[in-house]
Amino acid sequence: MDGGRLVGEGGEVERRLTCKHKLAYYERVVEGSDPVFKALADGGRRRLLDALREQNGQTLSEMCQHLDMSRQAVSQHLAVLERANLVAVVWRGREKLHYLNPVPLFEITERWIRSFERSRLRALTDLKHRLEENHE
Amino acid sequence: MSRPDFAYAIYIRASREEVWQGLLEPEFTRQYWFHDHVSDWRQGARWEMRQSGSEAVSIAGEVLEIEPHERLVLSWAKPEHLGEPGRTSRLTITLNEQDWPGGPWTGVILEHTDFGDDHEMRDSVSGGWPMILSGLKTLLESGLDA
Repeated sequence: MDGGRLVGEGGEVERRLTCKHKLAYYERVVEGSDPVFKALADGGRRRLLDALREQNGQTLSEMCQHLDMSRQAVSQHLAVLERANLVAVVWRGREKLHYLNPVPLFEITERWIRSFERSRLRALTDLKHRLEENHE
Repeated sequence: MSRPDFAYAIYIRASREEVWQGLLEPEFTRQYWFHDHVSDWRQGARWEMRQSGSEAVSIAGEVLEIEPHERLVLSWAKPEHLGEPGRTSRLTITLNEQDWPGGPWTGVILEHTDFGDDHEMRDSVSGGWPMILSGLKTLLESGLDA
């Protein structure tokens, strides 16, 4: 039922859309975690995230230099990651910089651990830090 | 302009005004950030981030630029290092609101840059921002689906 309602809303939204940017925004905010799982299901896209982890804030050209992938493939993968909000974009003049954005991953883990496990996990982490400090 | 060391983005089902309040006002921040911001929020004013319920200042800086509900730029340092080059970084928060049939959504882009050689600060904020942004979203959206 929910799916039907979403499709209906999507149709309404799409009629109001004027550009691709708005469609990307719609995917990010309305579809929740689905685009995140889909984006992560591809090994090539995970390699791009690894490359950003290694060196954050790269342009498309810089990313192409270190990856055995065509420029077109890198560009398409980045678009999927951007729509899933796993990559955040910052413009510096005419340079489009790509950043690893782990925020959606944090939201996914929060969804399953927050309500019942988090305080206990936090207590365990705090304890671990205190023990490590005592060792130093 | 130098490239940011980190950039994070989150999209929240709330207006720009609500997100701005959620980021800056102690009654909100103490629920997910566990800190209070203290400043009179004018360009050039001092800004402090204090642990909620105590006077201990964790981070301090200056309001470098402010356009309410749109853009905030702060310098960021441990109070004892404030002003030291290489130990004072720079935080930029930009809000973009989009209208949707179910109400506004606000995109929050957070850039943190100019860490210099302060690897300790760089590591601690890079782990902290995803948690803080996710907490802000949870707080502002809670009750919407009930």
